[in-house]
Amino acid sequence: MMVDLGDYAVPVISAYISSIVILTVLIWASLSRSAKVKRELEEFESKRKSNG
Amino acid sequence: MSEKRSLWEYANPRKFMGLSGTLLPWVAISGGALLLIGLIWGFFFTPDDYRQGSTVKIIYLHVPSALMAINAWFMMLVASLIWLIRRHHVSALAARAAAPVGVAMTVIALVTGAIWGQPMWGTWWVWDPRLTSFLILFLFYLGYIALWSAIENDDTAADLTSVLAIVGSVFAVLSRYAVNFWNQGLHQGASLSMDKEENVADIFYYPLLVAIAAFILIFVALVLLRTRTEIRARQLRAYMARERMQ
Repeated sequence: MMVDLGDYAVPVISAYISSIVILTVLIWASLSRSAKVKRELEEFESKRKSNG
Repeated sequence: MSEKRSLWEYANPRKFMGLSGTLLPWVAISGGALLLIGLIWGFFFTPDDYRQGSTVKIIYLHVPSALMAINAWFMMLVASLIWLIRRHHVSALAARAAAPVGVAMTVIALVTGAIWGQPMWGTWWVWDPRLTSFLILFLFYLGYIALWSAIENDDTAADLTSVLAIVGSVFAVLSRYAVNFWNQGLHQGASLSMDKEENVADIFYYPLLVAIAAFILIFVALVLLRTRTEIRARQLRAYMARERMQ
Protein backbone atom coordinates (compact mmCIF):
# COMPACT_ATOMS: atom_id res chain seq x y z
CA MET A 1 0.00 0.00 0.00
CA MET A 2 2.03 2.95 -1.27
CA VAL A 3 0.93 6.56 -1.26
CA ASP A 4 2.33 8.91 -3.86
CA LEU A 5 3.30 12.03 -1.92
CA GLY A 6 4.90 13.65 -4.96
CA ASP A 7 7.24 16.57 -4.30
CA TYR A 8 6.12 16.79 -0.69
CA ALA A 9 7.23 13.34 0.47
CA VAL A 10 10.03 14.71 2.67
CA PRO A 11 7.95 17.30 4.59
CA VAL A 12 4.97 14.95 5.06
CA ILE A 13 7.04 12.00 6.25
CA SER A 14 9.26 14.14 8.47
CA ALA A 15 6.16 15.68 10.10
CA TYR A 16 4.82 12.20 10.89
CA ILE A 17 8.16 10.88 12.15
CA SER A 18 8.90 13.90 14.34
CA SER A 19 5.41 13.81 15.89
CA ILE A 20 5.57 10.09 16.58
CA VAL A 21 9.04 10.47 18.13
CA ILE A 22 7.87 13.33 20.41
CA LEU A 23 4.78 11.35 21.50
CA THR A 24 6.85 8.20 22.09
CA VAL A 25 9.42 10.06 24.22
CA LEU A 26 6.61 11.66 26.26
CA ILE A 27 4.86 8.32 26.85
CA TRP A 28 8.14 6.55 27.68
CA ALA A 29 9.21 9.31 30.10
CA SER A 30 5.79 9.28 31.81
CA LEU A 31 5.75 5.50 32.18
CA SER A 32 9.35 5.23 33.40
CA ARG A 33 8.90 8.00 36.02
CA SER A 34 5.64 6.41 37.13
CA ALA A 35 7.34 3.03 37.60
CA LYS A 36 10.32 4.60 39.42
CA VAL A 37 8.19 6.61 41.89
CA LYS A 38 5.86 3.65 42.51
CA ARG A 39 8.85 1.38 43.25
CA GLU A 40 10.46 3.94 45.58
CA LEU A 41 7.19 4.44 47.48
CA GLU A 42 6.66 0.68 47.86
CA GLU A 43 10.26 0.21 49.07
CA PHE A 44 9.83 3.03 51.58
CA GLU A 45 6.54 1.65 52.86
CA SER A 46 7.88 -1.89 53.22
CA LYS A 47 10.95 -0.52 55.06
CA ARG A 48 8.70 1.41 57.43
CA LYS A 49 6.59 -1.69 58.04
CA SER A 50 9.62 -3.87 58.78
CA ASN A 51 10.97 -1.20 61.19
CA GLY A 52 7.61 -1.29 62.99
CA MET B 1 -31.90 7.00 51.64
CA SER B 2 -29.33 6.89 48.86
CA GLU B 3 -26.06 8.69 49.43
CA LYS B 4 -25.59 11.69 47.14
CA ARG B 5 -22.27 11.46 45.32
CA SER B 6 -20.25 14.53 44.44
CA LEU B 7 -17.44 15.16 41.97
CA TRP B 8 -15.47 16.70 44.83
CA GLU B 9 -15.03 13.34 46.51
CA TYR B 10 -12.42 12.56 43.82
CA ALA B 11 -10.35 15.37 45.30
CA ASN B 12 -9.52 12.73 47.91
CA PRO B 13 -6.23 11.20 46.64
CA ARG B 14 -7.28 7.66 47.63
CA LYS B 15 -10.55 7.91 45.68
CA PHE B 16 -8.79 9.53 42.75
CA MET B 17 -6.23 6.71 42.65
CA GLY B 18 -9.02 4.12 42.66
CA LEU B 19 -11.03 5.71 39.86
CA SER B 20 -8.03 6.69 37.72
CA GLY B 21 -6.55 3.20 38.08
CA THR B 22 -9.73 1.75 36.59
CA LEU B 23 -10.10 4.35 33.83
CA LEU B 24 -6.49 4.66 32.73
CA PRO B 25 -6.07 1.43 30.71
CA TRP B 26 -9.36 1.99 28.85
CA VAL B 27 -8.61 5.61 28.01
CA ALA B 28 -5.06 4.78 26.93
CA ILE B 29 -6.09 1.84 24.72
CA SER B 30 -8.94 3.84 23.12
CA GLY B 31 -6.60 6.78 22.48
CA GLY B 32 -3.92 4.56 20.92
CA ALA B 33 -6.46 2.73 18.75
CA LEU B 34 -8.09 5.96 17.55
CA LEU B 35 -4.68 7.47 16.79
CA LEU B 36 -3.81 4.48 14.61
CA ILE B 37 -7.18 4.64 12.83
CA GLY B 38 -7.07 8.42 12.36
CA LEU B 39 -3.50 8.54 11.05
CA ILE B 40 -3.85 5.50 8.77
CA TRP B 41 -7.16 6.83 7.41
CA GLY B 42 -5.72 10.30 6.89
CA PHE B 43 -2.38 9.22 5.47
CA PHE B 44 -3.42 6.37 3.19
CA PHE B 45 -7.08 6.94 2.35
CA THR B 46 -7.53 10.65 1.76
CA PRO B 47 -6.68 12.45 -1.48
CA ASP B 48 -4.29 15.36 -1.98
CA ASP B 49 -5.67 18.86 -1.67
CA TYR B 50 -5.95 20.78 -4.96
CA ARG B 51 -3.86 23.67 -3.57
CA GLN B 52 -1.67 22.12 -0.89
CA GLY B 53 -1.00 18.76 -2.52
CA SER B 54 -0.06 15.92 -0.16
CA THR B 55 1.07 18.35 2.59
CA VAL B 56 -2.60 18.42 3.63
CA LYS B 57 -1.87 15.08 5.38
CA ILE B 58 0.03 17.05 8.04
CA ILE B 59 -3.35 18.41 9.19
CA TYR B 60 -4.03 15.14 11.12
CA LEU B 61 -1.09 15.93 13.43
CA HIS B 62 -0.91 19.71 13.36
CA VAL B 63 -4.52 20.60 14.17
CA PRO B 64 -5.08 18.05 16.99
CA SER B 65 -1.77 18.89 18.66
CA ALA B 66 -2.37 22.66 18.40
CA LEU B 67 -5.88 22.18 19.81
CA MET B 68 -4.53 20.16 22.73
CA ALA B 69 -1.67 22.60 23.36
CA ILE B 70 -4.25 25.31 24.01
CA ASN B 71 -6.79 23.12 25.82
CA ALA B 72 -4.09 21.65 28.09
CA TRP B 73 -3.42 25.17 29.33
CA PHE B 74 -7.14 25.69 29.96
CA MET B 75 -7.27 22.42 31.88
CA MET B 76 -4.31 23.69 33.96
CA LEU B 77 -6.14 26.99 34.47
CA VAL B 78 -9.31 25.25 35.76
CA ALA B 79 -7.28 22.94 38.02
CA SER B 80 -5.29 25.92 39.32
CA LEU B 81 -8.45 27.87 40.09
CA ILE B 82 -9.83 24.85 41.97
CA TRP B 83 -6.58 24.76 43.96
CA LEU B 84 -6.73 28.49 44.74
CA ILE B 85 -10.40 28.37 45.76
CA ARG B 86 -10.83 24.95 47.36
CA ARG B 87 -7.24 23.92 48.19
CA HIS B 88 -7.57 20.40 46.78
CA HIS B 89 -4.07 18.98 46.35
CA VAL B 90 -5.11 16.60 43.58
CA SER B 91 -6.14 19.52 41.37
CA ALA B 92 -2.79 21.29 41.87
CA LEU B 93 -0.95 18.05 41.08
CA ALA B 94 -3.14 17.47 38.01
CA ALA B 95 -2.18 20.93 36.72
CA ARG B 96 1.48 20.13 37.31
CA ALA B 97 1.05 16.74 35.57
CA ALA B 98 -0.55 18.32 32.49
CA ALA B 99 2.23 20.83 31.80
CA PRO B 100 4.80 18.47 30.18
CA VAL B 101 2.01 16.97 28.05
CA GLY B 102 1.05 20.48 26.98
CA VAL B 103 4.68 21.23 26.11
CA ALA B 104 4.88 18.12 23.93
CA MET B 105 1.65 19.09 22.15
CA THR B 106 2.96 22.63 21.60
CA VAL B 107 6.26 21.31 20.21
CA ILE B 108 4.42 18.96 17.83
CA ALA B 109 2.25 21.87 16.65
CA LEU B 110 5.25 24.17 16.17
CA VAL B 111 7.39 21.53 14.41
CA THR B 112 4.65 20.25 12.10
CA GLY B 113 3.61 23.86 11.43
CA ALA B 114 7.15 24.80 10.41
CA ILE B 115 7.47 21.69 8.23
CA TRP B 116 4.11 22.47 6.61
CA GLY B 117 4.86 26.18 6.27
CA GLN B 118 8.14 25.75 4.41
CA PRO B 119 6.71 24.33 1.15
CA MET B 120 3.46 26.36 1.38
CA TRP B 121 4.72 29.79 2.49
CA GLY B 122 8.37 29.42 1.47
CA THR B 123 9.54 29.90 5.05
CA TRP B 124 9.85 27.80 8.21
CA TRP B 125 8.83 30.63 10.48
CA VAL B 126 7.20 34.02 10.31
CA TRP B 127 6.31 36.45 13.11
CA ASP B 128 2.64 36.01 12.38
CA PRO B 129 0.17 36.70 15.27
CA ARG B 130 -0.83 33.07 15.71
CA LEU B 131 2.68 31.64 15.45
CA THR B 132 4.10 34.26 17.79
CA SER B 133 1.40 33.78 20.43
CA PHE B 134 1.97 30.03 20.17
CA LEU B 135 5.68 30.49 20.76
CA ILE B 136 4.90 32.64 23.82
CA LEU B 137 2.53 29.93 25.06
CA PHE B 138 5.40 27.43 24.71
CA LEU B 139 7.65 29.72 26.79
CA PHE B 140 4.89 29.99 29.42
CA TYR B 141 4.79 26.19 29.62
CA LEU B 142 8.55 26.08 30.20
CA GLY B 143 8.30 28.82 32.83
CA TYR B 144 5.46 26.97 34.56
CA ILE B 145 7.47 23.74 34.76
CA ALA B 146 10.61 25.60 35.91
CA LEU B 147 8.63 27.37 38.65
CA TRP B 148 7.24 24.08 40.00
CA SER B 149 10.77 22.63 40.08
CA ALA B 150 12.35 25.71 41.65
CA ILE B 151 10.14 25.87 44.76
CA GLU B 152 10.58 23.20 47.41
CA ASN B 153 7.33 23.76 49.30
CA ASP B 154 4.52 22.12 47.29
CA ASP B 155 1.78 24.50 48.47
CA THR B 156 3.80 27.63 47.70
CA ALA B 157 4.72 26.20 44.28
CA ALA B 158 1.06 25.42 43.60
CA ASP B 159 0.04 28.98 44.58
CA LEU B 160 2.63 30.69 42.38
CA THR B 161 2.17 28.39 39.39
CA SER B 162 -1.61 28.93 39.64
CA VAL B 163 -1.07 32.66 39.22
CA LEU B 164 1.18 31.94 36.23
CA ALA B 165 -1.54 29.70 34.75
CA ILE B 166 -4.03 32.58 35.00
CA VAL B 167 -1.62 35.03 33.32
CA GLY B 168 -0.66 32.51 30.62
CA SER B 169 -4.29 31.85 29.73
CA VAL B 170 -4.26 35.23 27.94
CA PHE B 171 -1.75 33.78 25.47
CA ALA B 172 -3.69 30.53 25.23
CA VAL B 173 -6.73 32.58 24.14
CA LEU B 174 -4.55 34.65 21.79
CA SER B 175 -3.09 31.56 20.13
CA ARG B 176 -6.62 30.35 19.42
CA TYR B 177 -8.15 33.64 18.27
CA ALA B 178 -5.15 35.66 17.07
CA VAL B 179 -6.14 34.97 13.47
CA ASN B 180 -9.55 36.55 14.08
CA PHE B 181 -8.20 39.56 16.00
CA TRP B 182 -5.62 40.57 13.43
CA ASN B 183 -6.32 40.21 9.74
CA GLN B 184 -2.66 39.87 8.94
CA GLY B 185 -0.14 37.08 8.89
CA LEU B 186 0.21 33.95 6.85
CA HIS B 187 -1.64 31.48 9.03
CA GLN B 188 -5.07 30.50 7.73
CA GLY B 189 -8.25 30.63 9.82
CA ALA B 190 -9.55 27.75 11.93
CA SER B 191 -9.78 24.37 10.19
CA LEU B 192 -12.75 23.44 12.34
CA SER B 193 -15.66 25.74 12.95
CA MET B 194 -19.29 25.65 14.05
CA ASP B 195 -19.97 27.14 10.61
CA LYS B 196 -19.88 24.16 8.23
CA GLU B 197 -18.97 26.44 5.31
CA GLU B 198 -15.65 27.30 6.96
CA ASN B 199 -14.71 23.71 7.75
CA VAL B 200 -12.25 21.66 5.74
CA ALA B 201 -13.86 19.39 3.13
CA ASP B 202 -15.70 16.34 4.51
CA ILE B 203 -13.13 13.92 3.11
CA PHE B 204 -10.49 15.49 5.40
CA TYR B 205 -12.92 16.41 8.17
CA TYR B 206 -13.88 12.94 9.42
CA PRO B 207 -10.38 11.46 9.79
CA LEU B 208 -9.40 14.78 11.38
CA LEU B 209 -12.17 14.34 13.97
CA VAL B 210 -10.87 10.83 14.73
CA ALA B 211 -7.32 12.17 15.15
CA ILE B 212 -8.59 14.95 17.46
CA ALA B 213 -10.50 12.41 19.57
CA ALA B 214 -7.30 10.33 19.74
CA PHE B 215 -5.20 13.29 20.92
CA ILE B 216 -7.82 14.16 23.55
CA LEU B 217 -7.85 10.60 24.91
CA ILE B 218 -4.04 10.37 24.86
CA PHE B 219 -3.88 13.68 26.73
CA VAL B 220 -6.38 12.45 29.34
CA ALA B 221 -4.51 9.13 29.74
CA LEU B 222 -1.16 10.86 30.18
CA VAL B 223 -2.55 13.39 32.65
CA LEU B 224 -4.16 10.59 34.69
CA LEU B 225 -0.91 8.61 34.67
CA ARG B 226 1.22 11.63 35.58
CA THR B 227 -1.20 12.82 38.27
CA ARG B 228 -1.02 9.37 39.88
CA THR B 229 2.76 9.68 39.79
CA GLU B 230 2.65 13.17 41.35
CA ILE B 231 0.35 11.92 44.13
CA ARG B 232 2.77 9.07 44.92
CA ALA B 233 5.78 11.41 44.73
CA ARG B 234 4.09 13.82 47.14
CA GLN B 235 3.34 10.97 49.53
CA LEU B 236 6.97 9.85 49.33
CA ARG B 237 8.22 13.40 50.06
CA ALA B 238 5.87 13.57 53.07
CA TYR B 239 7.18 10.23 54.43
CA MET B 240 10.77 11.36 53.99
CA ALA B 241 10.13 14.70 55.67
CA ARG B 242 8.47 12.92 58.60
CA GLU B 243 11.42 10.52 58.88
CA ARG B 244 13.94 13.39 58.88
CA MET B 245 12.05 15.03 61.77
CA GLN B 246 12.11 11.86 63.91
